[in-house]
Amino acid sequence: MMNREPKQYSSGEVLAPPTERYTILGWLHKNLFSTWYYTLLTLVTLYILYAILKPSLIWIFTQAQWEVVVANLRLFMVGQYPKDQIFRIWLALDLLAFTVGLAWALFLPKERRVGAVLVIIPLLLASLPFISSYSRINWILFAAIGVAGWALGRWQPKKMRRPLIVLMLGYFPILILLISGFEPILKLVKTNYWGGLLLTMLLAVVGITLSFPLGILLALGRQSELPIVKTFSILYIEMVRGVPLVTILFMAQLMLPLFLPPGMKIDNVLRAMAGMVLFAAAYMAENVRGGLQAIPKGQHEAAWALGLNGFQTMFYIILPQALRNVIPVIVGQFIALFKDTSLVAIVGLLDLLGIASTVLAQPEFIGRQREVYLFIALIYWVFSYAMSYASRRLEVALGVGER
Amino acid sequence: MRETVAKVKTTPEQILSLSEEDRSAAIERGELPIVLAHEVHKWYGNFHVLRGINMEVYKGEVIVIFGPSGSGKSTFIRTINRLEEHQKGHIIVDGTELSRDVRNIEKIRMETGMVFQQFNLFPHLTVMQNITLAPIHVRKWPKEKAEEVAMQLLKRVGIPEQADKYPGQLSGGQQQRVAIARALAMQPKIMLFDEPTSALDPEMIKEVLDVMIELAESGMTMLVVTHEMGFARAVANRMYFFDQGQIVESGTPEEIFSDPKEDRTKLFLSQILH
Repeated sequence: MMNREPKQYSSGEVLAPPTERYTILGWLHKNLFSTWYYTLLTLVTLYILYAILKPSLIWIFTQAQWEVVVANLRLFMVGQYPKDQIFRIWLALDLLAFTVGLAWALFLPKERRVGAVLVIIPLLLASLPFISSYSRINWILFAAIGVAGWALGRWQPKKMRRPLIVLMLGYFPILILLISGFEPILKLVKTNYWGGLLLTMLLAVVGITLSFPLGILLALGRQSELPIVKTFSILYIEMVRGVPLVTILFMAQLMLPLFLPPGMKIDNVLRAMAGMVLFAAAYMAENVRGGLQAIPKGQHEAAWALGLNGFQTMFYIILPQALRNVIPVIVGQFIALFKDTSLVAIVGLLDLLGIASTVLAQPEFIGRQREVYLFIALIYWVFSYAMSYASRRLEVALGVGER
Repeated sequence: MRETVAKVKTTPEQILSLSEEDRSAAIERGELPIVLAHEVHKWYGNFHVLRGINMEVYKGEVIVIFGPSGSGKSTFIRTINRLEEHQKGHIIVDGTELSRDVRNIEKIRMETGMVFQQFNLFPHLTVMQNITLAPIHVRKWPKEKAEEVAMQLLKRVGIPEQADKYPGQLSGGQQQRVAIARALAMQPKIMLFDEPTSALDPEMIKEVLDVMIELAESGMTMLVVTHEMGFARAVANRMYFFDQGQIVESGTPEEIFSDPKEDRTKLFLSQILH
C-alpha cells in the first residue's frame, strides 16, 4: 500500500483546467458504442440511413433525368420575365452585392462568412456546367462587385457610412423600380410576367419587410392604454390568426374586387402581397408582444425617471431589448413566411411552385415530378437554412442570453 | 418639547401663489422647500398605503427615510417623481405641482434623479451609453458634451475604466455607481435613492455609500430610503420613521438615535441596530 501525501497548493498557484483528448477510436467508443444499447441504437440508425440514402443517391445520380431542370432553368428562376430585360434582375443583384460588400466592410469586418456568401457561392454557381455563359459571366461580375464594395468600404470607412445607409434604405424601392420598370427609360414589365424564384423572393421580401414594422405597431397597439387602438389591435390580430392564409389569399383575389369601385383594378401580385403582409403582421405582433412582456418593469421606470417620454422609452430602451430576445422566433416566422409564399400558386400566380406545375405540363417532360419537386425543395431548403444560420450568427453577435 | 409627528410649516398655496421666478428664488434662498408633500394619500385598491404624509425638504438637505417593510416609504419616494400616483393631497417639487399634467411630470422628472434598489441599468447599452442616453435625447446635448460629462461622472464614482463595458460585466457595487452617475448626468436638483444598497453583497455596500456621502457633502438635495444607519448618522439632516403609511417620528439623527420618543421607533431601531 502506498500512502500518498496530498499535494499542497500555494495560494498563488494557478492550475490549468484538465484537457480531454480523444483518438478517433476513443471518440467512437465514448459517443457511439459506450454501452450495449448505444451500440444497438447506432447500428439501427446506420441501417436506416443506409436504407434511405442508397436508393435515393442511386436514383439522383443514375436514373433521374435532369434535363427538365436544365431546359427550364430560366423559367424556374424568373418565370416569363422577358428575356431581353433580364439584365435588370442582374443589375438588382449587383447592387445587392455592392451593398452587402460595403456593409461587410463597415459593420462586420470580422465576419469572414459574409465573404463566403459574397464570393464563393457566386463563383460556385458560375462553375455549374449547365448554366448559360451569360449567367456565368454575371455571377463572376456579382462576386467582383461584392469584392469592390468591400474594398471601397475598407478604403474609405468614414466616407462610405452615409451612402451605405442610403443604399440600405433605398434598396427596396430601387429593386421594385428595376423589376417593374419605369417609362420611358425602362420598359414596364407587368407583374403577370414575374414568376419563379424571382416572384417567390419578391413576395417573401415584401412580406418580411412590411409585416415586421406593421407587427410591431400592432403589438404596441395591443398594449396601448387607448381603448380604441387596443380593441382594434386585438380584434385584428385575433381575426387574422383565426383564418388560414389560403383563405385570405382567396378573399384578396375574389372578394376584394367586390368592394372596389367599378373600373378600379388592383394587380393580382399586389393583392397576394397585401394578403401575405396583413397575415404575417398579426403573427409578428404576437411574437413581439411576447418580447415586450418579458422586459422587467424596472426598465420602464428607470427610463421615465430619467425624463424620457413614452416614445423614447419604447424606441431606445424597451423595443431593442424585446426584439433581441425574440430574434429566434421572428426568424422562424420569416422562414415560415418564405415557404408560405408557395400558397400563391393556388390562386394562380406562377411562383416557384406554380412554375413547377406549368413545367410539368410540358409534353416532353410529363412524369418528371420527382426531379422538379426535388429541385424546388432544394431551393426552398437552401434559403430557409441560410436564414436560420444568419439568425444564429446574429444571436451570437448580439449576445442573446449572455447579457 | 419637539414634535414627534412631522408637521409642515409651508402650505401649498404659499408656493403656488408666487410667480415662477419668485418661487425658484425663494427655493434657492432656502425660504421655501424644494420638495413639499402636504397631506399625501394613496390607496392600492382598498389598501391605504400612504395616510397623510407631510414633509418638507429644503435645498441641500439630506433626508433619510426608514421603517419596516410595507410601511409605505418606497411608495412615498416614488410618488415624488410620479412613478406612483398619489390620489389626495399636494406634492410640489422645485415649485412645480405634480398633477395629471404630463408637462409638469416631465419637468419634474428632468429635475429629479432616481437610484433604484435593483439598479435598473439598460443591459443592451454600454455604461457610457447608459449615462449619455438621457442627456442626448432629453436635454438635447451634443454627443461630445454628454460623453465628456459622463466621463467626469465616471471618474467621480471611481470607475472610468468601465465606460465601454456592458452592465452585465460589472459587479453589483459598480452597477449601482453607474446608476448614480446616470442619474447625475441629467444634472438634477434632487436625488431620490430607493434602498440603494439593499441588493448588494456586504463588501460592496461601502463603495456605494462612499459615493453617496461624497454627493451629500457636495450639497446635493437627497431623499434616501435606507436602513444604513451609519450613513444617516454621517450626513443626514433629518430622519423620518415610517410605519403603516404614516410618519411616526422625525428628527435629527442625534435625536432619533439617542432619544427616540415613540415606542415603535425604539422597537424598530433596537431590531436593526442589534
